[in-house]
Parts: sequence; C-alpha cells; structure tokens
Amino acid sequence: MLTSIAEIIDRTRADGVPIWQVVLTEEVEDTEQPEAAILERLAERLATMRSAVERGLSSDAPSVSGLLGGGARRFESWRQGEASIVGPFVGRVIARAQATMEVNARMGTIVATPTAGSSGILPAVLFSAADELGFSEDELVRGLLTAAGVGQVIVARASVSGAAGGCQAETGSAAAMAAAALTELRGGDPESASHSVAFTLQGMLGLVCDPIAGLVEVPCLTRNVSGAVQAVAGSELALAGLHFPIPADEVIDVMGEIGNQLDEKYRETARGGLAATPTGQRLAASVQWEGPGFENTNAARARDLAREAGLAPDE
Amino acid sequence: MSVFDIIGPRMVGPSSSHTAGALRLGLLARALLGCTPERATIGLHGSFATTYQGHGTDRAVVAGLLGMAPDDPGIPDSLAAADREGLEVVFESIDLGAAAHPNTLRFDVAAGEESVSLLGASVGGGAIEVSHVNDRAVDLSGRFDTLLIQARDVPGTTATITQRLAATGINIAFLEVGREKRGREATMIIQTDHAIPDSVVEEIEDYEWVISTRRLSKVTD
Repeated sequence: MLTSIAEIIDRTRADGVPIWQVVLTEEVEDTEQPEAAILERLAERLATMRSAVERGLSSDAPSVSGLLGGGARRFESWRQGEASIVGPFVGRVIARAQATMEVNARMGTIVATPTAGSSGILPAVLFSAADELGFSEDELVRGLLTAAGVGQVIVARASVSGAAGGCQAETGSAAAMAAAALTELRGGDPESASHSVAFTLQGMLGLVCDPIAGLVEVPCLTRNVSGAVQAVAGSELALAGLHFPIPADEVIDVMGEIGNQLDEKYRETARGGLAATPTGQRLAASVQWEGPGFENTNAARARDLAREAGLAPDE
Repeated sequence: MSVFDIIGPRMVGPSSSHTAGALRLGLLARALLGCTPERATIGLHGSFATTYQGHGTDRAVVAGLLGMAPDDPGIPDSLAAADREGLEVVFESIDLGAAAHPNTLRFDVAAGEESVSLLGASVGGGAIEVSHVNDRAVDLSGRFDTLLIQARDVPGTTATITQRLAATGINIAFLEVGREKRGREATMIIQTDHAIPDSVVEEIEDYEWVISTRRLSKVTD
C-alpha cells in the first residue's frame, strides 16, 4: 500500500525506475498477479474509457434527470471552428471531460477514476495528450499506473469521496492523478510529477460538493472541465521546472483536513452552495422521474424546499 | 487498495457510491439467499433515501439482486427485468440514526420459505462495508471470497474446516467464529484469498454437523 508521494519518489530513486513501475511492482506484490495480467486488465479499462469519450462526443442523449445532454457534442463542434483560441489540445481536453460525464449521467458505462463523479478528467487529459504527442496504448496504460499511485496515496492520507471531503476530494484528486500521469508521460522525472500534483491540487483546495438535486450532473460535469484544465496547467508548471514550495504529501494532507471541516451542507447533501441557490432549488424541483410505484422522495423534497423559499414551480 | 480501485470500477453511472456500491450490496444479499429472490424489501437510510432515484440506486440494487455486475448494460432496465423474473421489490425510507453511515441499505430478501437480511453501507468509490447479516454483527468488505457456515456447536468443527481449506491451498485471510449459546448453533465466517472450489464446498456441506453453507463471491477488486 502506497501511503506517501515521498515514499514513491524514494523508491524510484532506489530502483532507478519511473513512478508507474513502482506502482506496478507494488500491485504485483499485493495481489500476487503477474505484471502481464495487470497490464492487460488496465488496457481493458483504458478501452472502456475511450469508448465512453467517443459516445459522449457523438450523442445528444439526455441525462436521467434531463438537466444535461448534448453539451459535449456542441462544444466539440464549436471548438473545431475558428472562434476557439485555446488550441486543439486544451479544446479537446474541455470537450472530453464533458463527454465522459454525460455518458455517466445517462447511466452509460464509464470507469470511475477515482470516482464516477470525477470520471471525466483522467481520460480527457490522457487521450488528448495521445492525439497531440502520439502516445501508444502501452504508454497510456503506464499513465493509468502513475495516476493510480497518486490516487492510492490520496485514499491513504485523505479521501476521494465527495460525501466525506467535498468536490476537492473527487475532482481535485482526479486532477492531481491526471497531472502526474501527463508529467511522467512527457518525460518529467518523479520530482516533477510530484510538483505537478502539488500545483494541481493547491488550486482545487476547498472546493465544495454542492450538486443540484443531489445528482452527479450540475455542476459536476463542468467541475470536471475545471479539474482537467487545472491538471494541464499544473503539469506544464512542473515540466517548466517550477517548484511548488509545499510538498505534495502536505497539500494532500491539508485537503483531507479541509474536507473534515467542511460543513455537511457542502458534502454531497444538496443543502448548500449552488444546490441551495434559488435557481438550484427551482431546477431540482423541475426534475421529473420515471419508474413505477416509487415515491418521488428526491423531487418531493426539492419541491418542499422550493415552496418554503417561495419558488414553487408552476403546477 | 488495488490500482483497480482507483482506475475503477468499470461501471454503469452515475455514482460510484450510489450506483456501483449499492449494486454490490445487492449482489451480496443475493449470494446470502443463495438464489434470485422472489420478494425484496429495501430500506434506504440517509442520503440514499433522498437521492436514490436520481442516482439509479433503485435500479442498481435490483440489478445486484438479479446477479448483474456493476458494468452490466442491463442495469438501467433492471426494474423491468425484475418483473420478468418474478422479483417483487418494495423500497422504503428508514432511519437508522445519526451514527449510521449516510449511504446505508437494509435488505430483507426471500425466496420460498427462506429469508435473509443484510445491512451494509456504500462508503465511497464503490467500496462497501457489510455490518450485519441476519441481524448478526459482521465485518465484510466484499473484497474476499467468503464462506458462511452454520453448524452445530460441537468440538473440532473449526479445525476440520480450516484443515480442509489448507489441504486445497486456500489461504484464510479472516476467520470469525461465534455462537448464540453453548452446544447450539455456531456461525463461521471465513474470508479467503483464493476462490473456494465447488467440490470443497460440497464436501463441507456433507459434514454431518454442518447445517448450511453460503458462498459470497468477492464483489470488489
């Protein structure tokens, strides 16, 4: 079990190997599975991630609640025109982070990296980097290992659950994982990867989990965009040789501390933040559910909230 | 904590805790009963009670009871599948108090004369913790292949079973033995690092002091 970034870096130095190899060796020791079996299974996960991105970019199907649908495809088509100024790499990152989250919100198949609510970030960064720099499947699988190592450290020291630690724990963790993977894939050494984690996560600290109607839709989808872009920036800062003065492990620790101190209303309960705004409550109240014979507790609660606030929708 | 916990699970959305974790609890309830249930009452506590429809928790739980994996594309349509397979499901809101994890489910499932109960929480990223089986306190994560054995409380039962498993090269990760009263019924919960083959389970069932066995295959990496 990997419990600190510092320990990972020590092991890369001692063995003269990159981070992904340390994570792979640890997995072999923990699970008694051969390396080849682990790599093959990761390649399958990578294929699922790719397929989710493709489906998200090619379909306008609405989410279960109807709050989302088609945004990723619209953005993808717009960014290929002349109006976008961020270039094809960042443009693809923004489109793809949305794509996986749309598939997730309509009960499609995704890979939780590390959670379903933050599943857009890692594939957006990895596949866009592959388009730009021509990484092979094997290289991308190594990227998954680097990302997994960072995720394991975060689970050991803090949390990846929005209910426990807010959105910083989900999209912040996913962004930190993506930054380390991208940095190592681009030839950054383990120290640079560590700085990319610190640069990325410091910018996500304190982010609350405030989903409208309690759903993994709004603002989760666009928070994945923020996290993915933050990961790219964090990686570039580190690759440029800049150092963040607080070590990655300490940034992770403080993310955990902030999470523990977040009021419950900012931890996935839909009682604070954007969810509690007048419009957030109105949207929650407008959500229609299907399904025979089940009492509509979620929408009913949202309607009660809206009524109390004098915002009841037209019947 | 495997890399597949971080890069995974591969799952049908939208929430690792409200969808994938809930389904895994359903899978364990099904395994505990030993077949597809005919009747199921699902108690939803805390966050589950208020957001279950939007997260597809209802469909995920039913999919688990029907034996679907977390990435089964049939999950969104599991309620219709339950109708076809003769599974009647009732969802109800329950209050287990502030100490209970916000994402806790209680299963009361039955087929024919047989009925079992399971209480468990979905604790994040698809990970689960089962705290009660048939109202008895347990500590199961779904990360290990598990054998539940009800036996008469006679000397030597634990030794016989652990020796039988060792002879097949099966390593025991956790072993818990308990009984309600001396000389009556004892429960053994054996979590193993390796899957227990059918032939070994059948042999154990044939010991004359064994009342019943249930195999709970691991549901988490």
